[in-house]
Amino acid sequence: MNAANPIIEAFREQILNAAKNQTQLSIEGGGTKSWYGNTNAHAKLDTRTYSGILEYQPEELVITACAGTPLKEIEAALKEKNQILAFEPPHFGEQATFGGAIAAGLAGPGRISVGNFRDFVLGTRILDGKGQDLTFGGQVMKNVAGYDISRLLPGSMGTLSLLLEASVKVLPKPAATTTLRCHISQAKALRTLNEWAGQPLPLSASCWIGNPSGEGQLTIRLAGAVAAIKAAIPIMSSLIDANELDPQSAETFWNELREHKLSAFENLAADQTLYRLALPAACGPLTIPEASNEIVLEWHGQQRWIKAQGDDATFHSIKQLASSHGGHATRFKQGTNVNPAFQRFTLLSEQAHSKALELVQERLRSAFDPAGVFATKRLP
Amino acid sequence: MIPMNMVTPPPDLAAISALQSKLVSALRPILPEHALLWEPEDTIPYECDGLAAYKRMPLAVALPETEEQVAKILKICFEMQVPVVPRGSGTGLSGGAMPISQGLVLSLAKLKKILSIDPFSRTAVVQPGVRNLAISEAVAHLGLYYAPDPSSQIACSIGGNVNENSGGVHCLKYGLTLHNVLRVRGILMNGEIVEFGSLAPDSPGLDLLAIVLGSEGMLAVVTEVTVKLVAKPKLARVIMASFDDIEKGGNAVAAIIAAGIIPAGLEMMDQATTRAVEEFVNAGYDLEAAAILLCESDGTPEEVAEEIERMTAVLEQSGASGIRISKDETERLKFWSGRKNAFPAAGRIAADYYCMDGTIPRRHIATLLKRIQGMEKKYGLGCLNVFHAGDGNMHPLILFNGADEEEWHRAEEFGTDILEACVELGGTITGEHGVGLEKINSMCIQFGEGERESFWGVKSAFDPEKLLNPDKGIPTLSRCAEYGRMRISGGKLPHPELERF
Repeated sequence: MNAANPIIEAFREQILNAAKNQTQLSIEGGGTKSWYGNTNAHAKLDTRTYSGILEYQPEELVITACAGTPLKEIEAALKEKNQILAFEPPHFGEQATFGGAIAAGLAGPGRISVGNFRDFVLGTRILDGKGQDLTFGGQVMKNVAGYDISRLLPGSMGTLSLLLEASVKVLPKPAATTTLRCHISQAKALRTLNEWAGQPLPLSASCWIGNPSGEGQLTIRLAGAVAAIKAAIPIMSSLIDANELDPQSAETFWNELREHKLSAFENLAADQTLYRLALPAACGPLTIPEASNEIVLEWHGQQRWIKAQGDDATFHSIKQLASSHGGHATRFKQGTNVNPAFQRFTLLSEQAHSKALELVQERLRSAFDPAGVFATKRLP
Repeated sequence: MIPMNMVTPPPDLAAISALQSKLVSALRPILPEHALLWEPEDTIPYECDGLAAYKRMPLAVALPETEEQVAKILKICFEMQVPVVPRGSGTGLSGGAMPISQGLVLSLAKLKKILSIDPFSRTAVVQPGVRNLAISEAVAHLGLYYAPDPSSQIACSIGGNVNENSGGVHCLKYGLTLHNVLRVRGILMNGEIVEFGSLAPDSPGLDLLAIVLGSEGMLAVVTEVTVKLVAKPKLARVIMASFDDIEKGGNAVAAIIAAGIIPAGLEMMDQATTRAVEEFVNAGYDLEAAAILLCESDGTPEEVAEEIERMTAVLEQSGASGIRISKDETERLKFWSGRKNAFPAAGRIAADYYCMDGTIPRRHIATLLKRIQGMEKKYGLGCLNVFHAGDGNMHPLILFNGADEEEWHRAEEFGTDILEACVELGGTITGEHGVGLEKINSMCIQFGEGERESFWGVKSAFDPEKLLNPDKGIPTLSRCAEYGRMRISGGKLPHPELERF
């Protein structure tokens, strides 16, 4: 049994009280992503009291930390040993926590080459809605004992259980990285990126930024062995007329992209919404009449960002467009004049062959949380 | 371990026979005649999977040829409340596809078409009965392959891989099935068709695909899988390093990772194994070495040259007593041949072998190997150790003679002891073979009551009636209580120092 810890006992008490009073708790770390997901005004459960790196052995490629640990503290510890969170979770603010990043489940530019947050989660310790202290998974890469409950936590947005601790796989920092940039149309960028992705090239990230009529600029990042990058540059340059960015500007660019600090993301007008579209690799350029000037494509086109009006009709048509291509759309961030009560996500019932999963999901949540303490609906 | 008669109560033969006739007459109208078996001479090949020590006869075996038939079968079984055991190629090593006496075996082996291949988006849509290796063969001409390569890849099916979350020799660098499957189409026990995941990078709601992967056929019956294909590396070379001491070998594994290298494969064999396989394959192994490490690099020729040089330096610093680097593809395959043939080699030097599958943190490899040496003396049985050193996934092969029942029980005890040592060292009882029926008691050791209750909660969310492979994977409360009583000898729990969560 895990020794009684006063911080965890306080969490448990808060959970049990909420269960008794039939109220909900909104789990929050640094509050840097409080705008993400459906709005809720429930009492907060602040995770920041439970903070600290519990175990980090670089040769095991695993870090275990408390949910309230600042994300930058984790990244700093990894940096010292030349390791990284390869999926590059966005912080969206100085106060971002490890647990908050897991609950949001978001990933940055590296996602296309290394995988999603859940691909890296190896184990978790949680408090469920009954206040039970539970441990799933572990610190090893291969583990098929019991259902992989730990991997349900990334992206669950606090609607399943309170995350206390997590073990996450880390990777060595690539020996070298190079960033190339060129002017290229959206259609050609999408075609070229997907063709490259099918070849043994060290392509680690991509970002196309341009206007709705398809003119724009592509930035790609190569990462890996020095020799691999050296060999790849001539192959890739023959297809696109690219310039190499100096390391400092390259690092700034990828950070600003991850943190949504590029102009395409900033200055969201009061009645606008930043929409996120998640799409299959095969999806070509989309005509989105509602889109305002700048469009951002990441992950070789599988993640697209557009700014447009925040009303329901616009979301509806964007959702339909995404669904018709086998993807889905999210109201990622809303302007100050857009109704905060709007549903931010595509629902399971709006997706093909997913209706029956609504019931599965509901039962799953009530198995962990019968009293509905975490049923904030922040994620439907 | 527990005698088999504890798993199910003694069957009432008359009741079973009545249920069998009822089930067969309900299924006959929806299946072609050759797709339904119930005579014992027809169903006997299905009495066990790759773990032959665990056997049981089912009521009947259905071999549907379409998804529609699968859905109808499930609906009928749901209405009749007959349990269903899904089965792929039957290569599983944990008894996950062992029949239930009063249940149906649902073989997906006839759903074996590759439905589509899309080189542009690097995906293939395949039916569950497609063999793992058949996918890579079908896309080889496009310069692509399907990365997870469990040792049984010639025979094992992708549906089985999804259910076990299979790994393989290259998963350190390329990931498990989990990392290489985008979408699973399946049927819930009540006959409803659902899709988990999608071709997009994520899907609405909770990530249910993550939990279906590795769920041992207990949540849904897989009817279609969309896999990710990756670019085939231009070149692969392997270093074979000898160590005069197991501990040095174990430390070399950690040193490679600490140097920031993720090898394409990192495998270790102990001396007992190299001696057993060398006779069989003549791979040129150093038979004086206490351990041999195979360390592979893949990528472009430039990348491989650079990585081989870095790995060689680390291995030398770690005290390797000999280093050989494969000159060409023939030699690379020769170096690997012993590793790939470790199981048949075990079969040559002993009547039977029992393959374990625990995973431990890399730093404890030498500790576990030394403990296993002690156990060999304790149980009077030999053990070969081959393992995926890079991810700490150990495959001790316990040698025994199955004709001698007492020896088999000793082998089982030996195996349980190894698994409990893995848990104690911070690892897990199964890295890739699954819990199935075999390790169900060890689940009582690895998990506490609360965790096991959560597993049942997950099971019920998908299958509230608990009809889909219900006796596998998660032990019941009473089973763990019974197991606890049996493991107490001389009034003491084994490993009293172990945290009982």
